[in-house]
Amino acid sequence: MVAASTPSAITRLRNRLEGPNTIGNSRRFWTALALVVVALIAFPVVGGTGSQFSLFLVLGLLGLSLSLVWGYAGVLSFGQVVFFGIGAYTFGVVSINVPTPAGITGAVFAGVLAGAVVAALLGYFMFYGGVRDVYVTIITLVSTLVMLTFMAQTAGSEWTIGSAALGGFNGMPAIPLLTLGIEGVFTFQFVFNDLELFVPVLGVVNIDPFYYLSLAVLLAVYLGLRVLVNMDFGRVLVAIREDEDRTRMFGYDVERAKLVAFTIGGGLAGLSGVLYAARNVYIDPSVFQLYFATLPVVWVSVGGRKSLLGAVSATVAVEYVRLSLGGELALVVVGALLLVSILVLPGGIIPWIDDKLSDGRLDVSDVESPETPPEATEP
Amino acid sequence: MKQALSQARYGIAAVVAVVALFVIGALAAPNLTFRVYYAVSFIVLAAIGLAIIFGIMGVINLAHGEFILVGAYATTLSVTKLGVPLPAGMLVGALVTALFGLVVERVIISGYVPNWIGQQTVGRDLIKPFYDRLADSMVATFGLSLIMVQGARIVFGNSINQIGVPFGSTAGYPDYRIALVGITAGVLAVVYLLFTRTDFGTRVRATMQDEQTAMALGINTERTYMLTFAIGSGLAGFTGALFAPLLSMQPTLGSQFLVEAFVAVVVGGASVVVGTSLSGLMLGPIDALFSDEFGEFAGRIALLVAAMLALRFLPGGITGVVDRLRDRMEGGS
Repeated sequence: MVAASTPSAITRLRNRLEGPNTIGNSRRFWTALALVVVALIAFPVVGGTGSQFSLFLVLGLLGLSLSLVWGYAGVLSFGQVVFFGIGAYTFGVVSINVPTPAGITGAVFAGVLAGAVVAALLGYFMFYGGVRDVYVTIITLVSTLVMLTFMAQTAGSEWTIGSAALGGFNGMPAIPLLTLGIEGVFTFQFVFNDLELFVPVLGVVNIDPFYYLSLAVLLAVYLGLRVLVNMDFGRVLVAIREDEDRTRMFGYDVERAKLVAFTIGGGLAGLSGVLYAARNVYIDPSVFQLYFATLPVVWVSVGGRKSLLGAVSATVAVEYVRLSLGGELALVVVGALLLVSILVLPGGIIPWIDDKLSDGRLDVSDVESPETPPEATEP
Repeated sequence: MKQALSQARYGIAAVVAVVALFVIGALAAPNLTFRVYYAVSFIVLAAIGLAIIFGIMGVINLAHGEFILVGAYATTLSVTKLGVPLPAGMLVGALVTALFGLVVERVIISGYVPNWIGQQTVGRDLIKPFYDRLADSMVATFGLSLIMVQGARIVFGNSINQIGVPFGSTAGYPDYRIALVGITAGVLAVVYLLFTRTDFGTRVRATMQDEQTAMALGINTERTYMLTFAIGSGLAGFTGALFAPLLSMQPTLGSQFLVEAFVAVVVGGASVVVGTSLSGLMLGPIDALFSDEFGEFAGRIALLVAAMLALRFLPGGITGVVDRLRDRMEGGS
C-alpha cells in the first residue's frame, strides 16, 4: 500500500488520513467519498436549493464533535448542545453588536472560541476533579438543564449584552446575515443570497452559497479529525477509551488528553452552533432541551460512535427521516430506531457495513503498521 | 458496593433526629417545616426506583420519568374511568408499572425475549444484556422514553382529567402533602427491611456485590435482576400514583422528576436507602429554601450546583462518605 522509498504527495497525505482508528482506508473508499461529495455538490443544482439539507450538514458537525469525545476519548457527553448553544448565542451577541462583515467574521471565531473555552472549563473541573465514567455523563446532562433553566429566564431587559437582548424563551431574533470578509477588501454574504448560476445543460439555476459553505466546512472538519485521530494523540485517546487505568500506568497524561479532546469537541460544537444560528438567523433556548441534547447521542450511536464516518452519515440520515416524517410518529420512529440499533448493532451501522464489506480480509488494526519499529533484540 | 448500612445505633439516632426536627419544626414554624420535608419527600420518592435499578443492576434508566408517568396515568384512569377508590387506584398504578417494568426487563434490559426468538429462528442470541453497560443502557432507555412519551400523547391526547387533591389543609399547607412525608418514611422503611431483613434482600445484595460468586452459591442472578427491576419500576409507579393528584396529567410529567431523581442518585451514591434518604435530606432543604427565597428557578439552579459540587468533592457520593466514616469508627474501636 505504501510506496517504496520516495512516497508521493498523495501517499503521504493518505498516510496521515488513514490508520486503524478510522473506517475507510482503501482506494475504493476514497473513490466512493469523492463520488458522494460530487453528488452533494450537484444536489442543489438538480434537486432544489438545498437549504433544508444545509441544516443536516451543520448538525453533522455536532455529530462529529460527539463522535470525537465519546467514540474516541470514551467520554459520553450529553453536553455537546451546551457548547453548541453557547457558540450560537455568542455568535448572535457579537454579530448584533458589530453588524459589519468584519464583526460578523469575528463573531464566528468568538462563537467557536466560546464553545471551546466553556468546554475547557467544564472539562478541567471534571477530569482533574476525578469525576469519571457515568458521572461525567450525568454532570454534562445536568449542565444542559442548567443552561436551559438559565436561558429561559433571560426575558427581562436586564439580560441585554450591548444591544443584544437574550430574550428568554422567545430567543434572539434578527441575528445579522452571515457575511464574511473585511469591508473594503472582500466580503460575501452567505445566507439569503440566491446566486444565479448558469449551468450548461440545465440553464440558469439558483444555488444557496450557505449550503456550499457548510459542505466545505463539514468535509474539512471530517478530514481534519481523521488526521487527528490517526495521530499519536488519537491513539492515546483510543487507549484511554479502552482502558483508562492502564493508559495512565503507561505514563500518559490521561486527564490532559481527555481535556484536549473535550475542548476540541466543544469548539466543534460551537462552530456547529454558530452555523446553526447563522442559517436560521435566530436562536432560542430550545437547543438546550433534553430532547435536543440527546439527539447527538442518537445519531452517533446509530451510525457507530467509534467511526467519524458513521457519525456524519447517521446525523444526516436520522435528521432527514426525523424532519421528513414530521407529525406525531416522528418521535416514536426516532425512539424505535435508537432502541433497535443499540440492541441489535451496539457498534453502529457503519462499522457493521464496513465489517461486511471487508469480510475475509484482514482487519487493518490487526496488521502491524509500516512504521512499527522492528522488535528490539537483546545485545 | 457495600451493603446498606447496618450500623443500627447510628441509623436509629439519625431517624430519631429527623423525626424530632419534624415535630419541633411543625410546632415552631409549621409552614416552613412542611415545605422542607415535602421537598425532601419529593426528592426521595423521585429517586428511589431509579436508585434501586442503578445501584443493584448498573442500569441507568433514562425512561424513569416515563415509568412514573405509567403509574400516574394508571392511577388516574382507574379512579376516573373505573371508579376505583384512590388508595386502591394507587396500588393499581404501582402494580401496572411493576408489570410494565417486568416486560421491559425481559424484552430490552436482559434481552431474554429477543434472544429466545433468536434461538428459535436463527439459532443464536440476538442481543447482549444491558447489565453494567451504563452508556448503552442510557441510550436504549432514552429510546424507550421517547416512544413512551409520544405513545402516551397519541393514545391519551395532550392531557387527561386529573383527580382532586384529597384532605384539607393545616397551617395553610395541604394535608395531603404532609401525608406524603409520612408515606415516604414508610416506603423507605419497607425498602430497607426488604433489602436487609429478607432472604430475597440477601440474594440481591449478594448479586450486587459479586455476581459470579453469588451464581456459584446457587443464586439465580437472572431472576434476582428481573425482580429487582420490577420492584424498582413498581416504586417509580407508586411515586407516580402518589403525585397523581398533585400534577397535571400530561405525557411529559415524568420529566419533572428526572432532574431531582438523577441528582439525588448521583449525590447519594451506590447505597439505595441510606444514600437516597441522606441526599434527599441534604438537597431537599436547599431546594425548598432557595425556591422560597428567590423563586423556583433559583431552587432548581441551587440543586444543580449542589449536585455538581457534591460530585466534585465527594466522588463516591454520600455513600462513600458514610463508608469512610464507618471504616474509621470500626478501625478506632
